[in-house]
Amino acid sequence: MYEAVIGLEVHVQLSTNSKIFSGSSTDFGAEPNSQASLIDLGMPGVLPVPNAKAFEMAVKFGLAIDAEIGQKSIFDRKNYFYPDLPKGYQISQFEKPIVGPGRVLISLEDGTKKTINVTRAHLEEDAGKSIHDAFDGMTGVDLNRAGTPLLEIVSEPELRSAKEAVAYLKVIHSIVRYLDISDGNMAEGSMRCDCNVSIRPEGSATLGTRTEIKNVNSFRFVEKAINTEINRQIDILEDGGRVIQETRLYDPDREETRSMRSKEEANDYRYFPDPDLLPVVLDDSFIETCRVNLPELPEARKARYISEYGITDYDAGVLVADRDVADYFAEVANTSGEGKLAANWVMGSILAELNQTGGSITNFSVTARQLSHLIGRIKDNTLNSKTAKTVFEALLAGEGEVDAIIEFKGLVQVTDTGAIEVIVDEVIAENPDQVANYRAASEDKKSKMLGFFVGQVMKKSQGKANPQAVNQILSSKLSG
Amino acid sequence: MSDITDLSFSELKKMLQKKSLSSTEITTAFLDRIESLNPELNTFITITRDEAMQSAKNADKAISRGTATAYTGIPIAHKDLFCTDGVLTTCGSKILSNFVAPYDAHVVSRCKAAGLVSLGKLNMDEFAMGSSNENSYFGPVRNPWDKTRVPGGSSGGSAAAVAAKLTPLATATDTGGSIRQPAAFTGTSGLKPTYGRVSRFGMIAYASSLDQGGLIAHTAEDLAHGLGLIAGHDSRDSTSAELPVPDYTEVLSDSLAGKVIGLPKQFFDANLNTAMRNAMDAVLDVLKSLGATTVEISLNHVAEAIPAYYVIAPAEASSNLSRFDGVRFGYRADKPTDVLDLYERSRSEGFGSEVKRRILIGTYALSEGYYDAYYKKAQQIRRLIRDDFNRALASCDLIFGPSTPSTAFGIGEKNSDPVSMYLEDIYTVATNLAGLPGGSFQAPLVNGLPTGYQLTGPAFGESIILNAAYQVQTATDWHRLNPGGL
Repeated sequence: MYEAVIGLEVHVQLSTNSKIFSGSSTDFGAEPNSQASLIDLGMPGVLPVPNAKAFEMAVKFGLAIDAEIGQKSIFDRKNYFYPDLPKGYQISQFEKPIVGPGRVLISLEDGTKKTINVTRAHLEEDAGKSIHDAFDGMTGVDLNRAGTPLLEIVSEPELRSAKEAVAYLKVIHSIVRYLDISDGNMAEGSMRCDCNVSIRPEGSATLGTRTEIKNVNSFRFVEKAINTEINRQIDILEDGGRVIQETRLYDPDREETRSMRSKEEANDYRYFPDPDLLPVVLDDSFIETCRVNLPELPEARKARYISEYGITDYDAGVLVADRDVADYFAEVANTSGEGKLAANWVMGSILAELNQTGGSITNFSVTARQLSHLIGRIKDNTLNSKTAKTVFEALLAGEGEVDAIIEFKGLVQVTDTGAIEVIVDEVIAENPDQVANYRAASEDKKSKMLGFFVGQVMKKSQGKANPQAVNQILSSKLSG
Repeated sequence: MSDITDLSFSELKKMLQKKSLSSTEITTAFLDRIESLNPELNTFITITRDEAMQSAKNADKAISRGTATAYTGIPIAHKDLFCTDGVLTTCGSKILSNFVAPYDAHVVSRCKAAGLVSLGKLNMDEFAMGSSNENSYFGPVRNPWDKTRVPGGSSGGSAAAVAAKLTPLATATDTGGSIRQPAAFTGTSGLKPTYGRVSRFGMIAYASSLDQGGLIAHTAEDLAHGLGLIAGHDSRDSTSAELPVPDYTEVLSDSLAGKVIGLPKQFFDANLNTAMRNAMDAVLDVLKSLGATTVEISLNHVAEAIPAYYVIAPAEASSNLSRFDGVRFGYRADKPTDVLDLYERSRSEGFGSEVKRRILIGTYALSEGYYDAYYKKAQQIRRLIRDDFNRALASCDLIFGPSTPSTAFGIGEKNSDPVSMYLEDIYTVATNLAGLPGGSFQAPLVNGLPTGYQLTGPAFGESIILNAAYQVQTATDWHRLNPGGL
């Protein structure tokens, strides 16, 4: 049996308005090269000027993972040639990163928790993009992304499965979203991941040779890429071969990893301190200001939700994973005063809907206020669970506000026992055989047979009859 | 009255203020002289006659309207590594031989804002790498004092243009001596300010931690005026100092009485030839006669300055010059087969041999396994040198020495021996490693050729240097000597 040893390097695009060393906008999706200044183009004579906002964001991340903050960090040059790297070097941090050792807590599927140590997190500039399909026989270069600030978060190789890797990645995602330092949008490349994977016989203390899978850009692909790579390495060892240290690419279409370059072909990046930039010295008051301005983080919010709303550990974990979902839930729970119902609705109906459509809660068609209102109408017995579902569907379809839908669709629950009695009498009259059977049956069978009559009554009431009242009246009339 | 082009920057300033001369007259005189002498001297790579005449006209209008600054209408020329908006900026290289800069360097925009009239762009060693101005894609510059000799480098064009009176003031840069050595070879005054005093924004980088923009002119007074224009904080250069800029002209006439001049024993050893020593002694006699005293000091690690420099500067250069890849601007090899071919041919065809040599040295010095032995060690030496200077400057106001080991050498003389060429900077390079201001000023001629003495001051002590040099120039006329036969 083999054990996997996995470490992740997560690149998070920081959501500063302008780039890390120039004043250009960082907006995604603009016309190619329309957001590339002289500095981003690496014109002769230009110089980088650091964006202090990026330091603030990096420090907040460091504080959120309980890390040492590098009070003096240094920008280095990582030298290599590539057409979308305008200066022929990337400004990064090598020996002295802004964030030192820290840790995050991940929850595994069986409910156990595990601490994953973070080695470091450093600031660097993103490269541009090479576009291979726009010009026949040539490659285009779009430098809009060049100079976008990245925080590269490096974990210790303490992850032992693809699932753990995904759990870790989700925690990092959740933290950066809570801190509001990145939109965390993996599809747009705001968060990308390099996975270092090796395997070793279970119980072995030495590490196997690792490979690095570059630029994986979704939670699902991280899981698949790592599992694919683990299996590939197992196959090699089982066949008596040995794993070569190299950089690989994951191809989601073919579900395989492919070699990009071996260690021998790897660049010697010739890191050295960037002489154009002074060391970044953070004073205590700057760090303290960042600390004071830290928002409530996922773990803290989870604990609070459990105690404040009386929901389960599991439910709280699901609800706080995404800051926007957590905010939405809290608004519904607070305004309706029904934490558990709110949790059920958000998890059962809304997250299911979002999972299916891939949409975001921030522009979800049912607002927190509407859901809260809906829950209010369940509480005051206007709606039962069935009619509530109908109203929710109508809200989803944008058919109006809760009360208007109830009125328009005539969904007000019938709690008037007189009206229900009339329907019950009708049902009894229309089904003499079943009534006879019921009355002849033993007590334990009766309760099962009652369902038939309840169904008939609900049908006749178009779902509006209060189910408890129906049960009560039926039982007494049938036994009579 | 003498010819217009014989006037110094300060004299031209007075003439314009008195309205004895118009900027158009002055600019025309300099442009005419450039056009007549440049074919022989090769000091200018680009002459911007039309733009200059237009600026001169605008200057004259501003002067007559009373909207002029104290410097409106005086000509200047820029070393061709300062980016000039809409004007060819070559850095003396084939790889930028077609590069029209899309913006002005900070220094250039400061000069424009002050109303100076730019005459054009000055020749230089390719990417400021060289001590003879022979490493230019546009051919060597000739020394106006002897056209078979080099003017020094890398600001050879700047120094020769001032010496030949093609411009009263020239911008220049100094990474290891590139202002002071050519100033000494051409009988001009040159100032390399403290690292961080003048913004490097728009100055095409050679070695970023050493490069510093400065000036070459006829006199210390001219430099004081010019430095006031280009010095000061620029938010676009993170290494530019946030310190106020003094009026450098204010202290020029201060007495030197009580000033202590430090003489590093390492500069006045057996390696200094007698003629040079005599020239230096002549300057020291003047300084003493003006009330200064001398004290022997020691710069213990100065002998290691050249080796340390030739690790640090090429290391930074190897990275700085990576952007010249044929992709976005500059020379691109014809019909590249793929991206590697594009890089390899654009760079092998675009860079000259000295640049390639330094890129290779720098790449090697930064390589895995060699970094500690070379780059790190060189940085340690650099710290020791800085400490030496700081210790020395605690016991004296200025450090005095020769600017160069000898007078200008012949064109072609040192081409086959890069190390002897590197040793040209033996007296100047340590100042750059220490980040301190240094100036070279005219000393007596030796065998009919100019020599220069060097003053190094404390950080941001440019005023002290300019004051001493001004006082010497007031008491002597070495700075008034002209190359004959032009």
